[in-house]
Amino acid sequence: MLKVLLSRLGQAALVMLVVSAVSFVMFRYVGDPVATMSRENASVEEKAELRRSLGLDQPLVVQYGRFLGRTLRGDLGISYRNQRPVTELIAERLPATLELVIVATILSLALGIPLGVLCALKPNGIAARLVQALSLIGISTPTFVTGIVLILVFAVSLGWLPSFGRGQVVDLGWWSTGFLTISGLKSLLLPGITLALYQLTLIMRLVRAEMIDVLSSDYIRFAKARGLPTRYIHFRLALRNALMPVITVTGLQIGSLIAFAIVTETVFQWPGMGLLFIQAVSFVDIPVMAAYLLFVGLLFVLINTVVDILYAVVDPRLRARSA
Amino acid sequence: MRARFAVSLTVAAGALMGMSAEAKTLRWASPTDITTLDPYAHTESFTTSMLHHVFDPLVRRSRTLELEPALAVSWKNVKPDTWRFELRRNVKFHNGNPFTADDVVASITRILDPGARARGNLATVVKAEKVDDFTVDIVTNGPYPLLLNDLAGIYILDKEWMEANGALKPGNIATGVTTAASTTAIGTGPFKVESYKPDAGTTFVVNPDWWDKPQHNLTRIEFKPVKSDATRVAALLSGELDLIAPAPLQDLQRISSSQGFKVIEEPSLRLIMLSLNFRPELKAMPGQKNPLLDLKVRQAMWHAIDLETIKKRVMRDKSRNTGTLVAPPVPGYAKENDAPLAYDQAKAKQLLTEAGYPNGFKTKLNCPNDRYINDEQTCVAIASMWAKVGIQAELQTESRATYFPRQDRGEFDVSMVGWATLPPMDGFSVLSSLLTEQKDGYGGSNAGTYSNPKVEELTRKAAVELDETKRRAMLVETLKVARDNVAYIPLHQQPLAWAVRDGVDVPQFPDEYVRLWFANIK
Repeated sequence: MLKVLLSRLGQAALVMLVVSAVSFVMFRYVGDPVATMSRENASVEEKAELRRSLGLDQPLVVQYGRFLGRTLRGDLGISYRNQRPVTELIAERLPATLELVIVATILSLALGIPLGVLCALKPNGIAARLVQALSLIGISTPTFVTGIVLILVFAVSLGWLPSFGRGQVVDLGWWSTGFLTISGLKSLLLPGITLALYQLTLIMRLVRAEMIDVLSSDYIRFAKARGLPTRYIHFRLALRNALMPVITVTGLQIGSLIAFAIVTETVFQWPGMGLLFIQAVSFVDIPVMAAYLLFVGLLFVLINTVVDILYAVVDPRLRARSA
Repeated sequence: MRARFAVSLTVAAGALMGMSAEAKTLRWASPTDITTLDPYAHTESFTTSMLHHVFDPLVRRSRTLELEPALAVSWKNVKPDTWRFELRRNVKFHNGNPFTADDVVASITRILDPGARARGNLATVVKAEKVDDFTVDIVTNGPYPLLLNDLAGIYILDKEWMEANGALKPGNIATGVTTAASTTAIGTGPFKVESYKPDAGTTFVVNPDWWDKPQHNLTRIEFKPVKSDATRVAALLSGELDLIAPAPLQDLQRISSSQGFKVIEEPSLRLIMLSLNFRPELKAMPGQKNPLLDLKVRQAMWHAIDLETIKKRVMRDKSRNTGTLVAPPVPGYAKENDAPLAYDQAKAKQLLTEAGYPNGFKTKLNCPNDRYINDEQTCVAIASMWAKVGIQAELQTESRATYFPRQDRGEFDVSMVGWATLPPMDGFSVLSSLLTEQKDGYGGSNAGTYSNPKVEELTRKAAVELDETKRRAMLVETLKVARDNVAYIPLHQQPLAWAVRDGVDVPQFPDEYVRLWFANIK
């Protein structure tokens, strides 16, 4: 067991190292912060001086080495744009993104599972076909289009919901939450739906496929033969088994939801990490970009490592092998 | 129909609420955010304009953009390189501390620190010295006519507050120093910062103890950055905002046709032009003589651009075509320099033939696609217009983040430049940055290495000329040389368009600053 754990952690560290190196090389191609940082009238000497003081005149390997050293000491640097510590900026934005992701996940599960069951139980019914067709639209419409359409309908035409921002937030320590005010909750709806849409269709289709699979398995047929109530068969026996892969996928998808949130956050001016990243890209704010990529990399590595370890815990075969 | 009714109902409700209550809140959005509250830690004009609501400079721009007294009531040159400022009395900072000469000296010293990002905005100043509690001397490194222009962008901070919070030195990314001033702003200005949350919004409340008589009727400003154009327009039309600046060109029609909203427009100071490569060879034609070195070729390129069509089709009739490198409100502008070379394909072909390029030539054309209004479309139009006279322009567009570094490194043949002469708002900035050779701090944006002895001579003379009439004449003369020489090909003056709900009266300024201390709302 310990061996599995250690080898997974070793792999995770290696992945992080590669992520940091790749992201650092990438910055070479996103541009030069000096152009965005210096004033329009700046002289050539001024720009050269700035480049030198940022250490950008050094070879890439030296820059990477310094970056790695600082990161290992827990110092992510200071944002070129805001001149504030990057850790502070990320801590400030994290709650907004996480709350959005939580809402999106709840929405996609709360709607995706029942709809998937519906489609599996009555695959040829009108409702099921309609849901299937709509899910195709949901899976193929780009997020920004969904977002803009929702804004036009619910904010501009109907005037029910705000079109951007988080509304009123309440500070609980360093965590600012929108869950405790009416305007905060209203603000969460549109971006939450936008972000959930892809996830929802994914879960719906997964539940449907799994349910159909499970429903045709032997033990369900025997249960039917025993004359157990249909409701019991469908929801206690079939659905429970069909949900196992759904839980795994949902867990793994949380990472990509955080990454996908970039577009949603831009459309709704949601002050989360995605927006921070987009603004860092257009300003060539290298410390913020590097920190964001590291953070997302870390998130994926963590989730995958935890899932792998859980598998080892859950799966008796894996346990037996390592024992 | 029902939808429209709902919109107007919300707006009406909002307007009613505004009327019944004493509080006058202006809610507005722009695509960029305030990057920091430390005025010396950035060089961005949007942030500068926002911080002007909180801080006062020694001299400021009036409603007609003339320089007028602010924290200084009068000034004179005691020596050619020394300016004496008499300060306003009975001014208080937002924390109640009195404003004195010590604050001016501490502020100027702070911006002169090599770690200050905005150091270049006060490049010629050597030091500030206190004469008495309300008199300060500012010393420059020689006679410098634009000191007041520069000082209009230098805000005065409270010395006591800076001392108490360890912010006497500016924050510096290179040394890893951050200060309390990046998130707290204590000024003497018409508004106080109530809360500052980057990307989420900044709230200002009126400063009842402002030294000047307010020309606005606001009690509160709620600023929200909204990056997405479509969302910003939607938020205005749904009644969540009172003002958006800028309003995207493609939505102007829609906004002005919506009931209860209007578009306000003004030509901006920013001129869009093409920079030309004056090196011995073009990147597109290595090993051959650079055709752009021939004046006739440059004139042909100008004659071949149909500015009217660009204005009508690309800029939706909102831009103003120009033949010179500064906008009309800027010193150095002269009407006789302003006519562009006429669109004339036959003339262009003839000039090309005379120059020895009857079949045209090849060049690269580089443009940003996210910096100026419809920049990419403008360049696409120009490339196709040049193709008609035989100039094959290989067009490449890219994001500002990679475009400007490449332009600085001189990687382009023909490339787009926008110039607004800001912050000094003076034609000298065109001379010193665009038209002069890159040395002694001059020519910082002269990417094409244009060089002309007459321009060099006039620029250095204008730099130290304290007689304003003579100085302006020199600017006009230099810009005429540049025009006759086709140093750059000027295209148009960018439009500035905002949108407001009815009942909001906000003056626009060609420098694109939002000055809400002139705003009145119903």
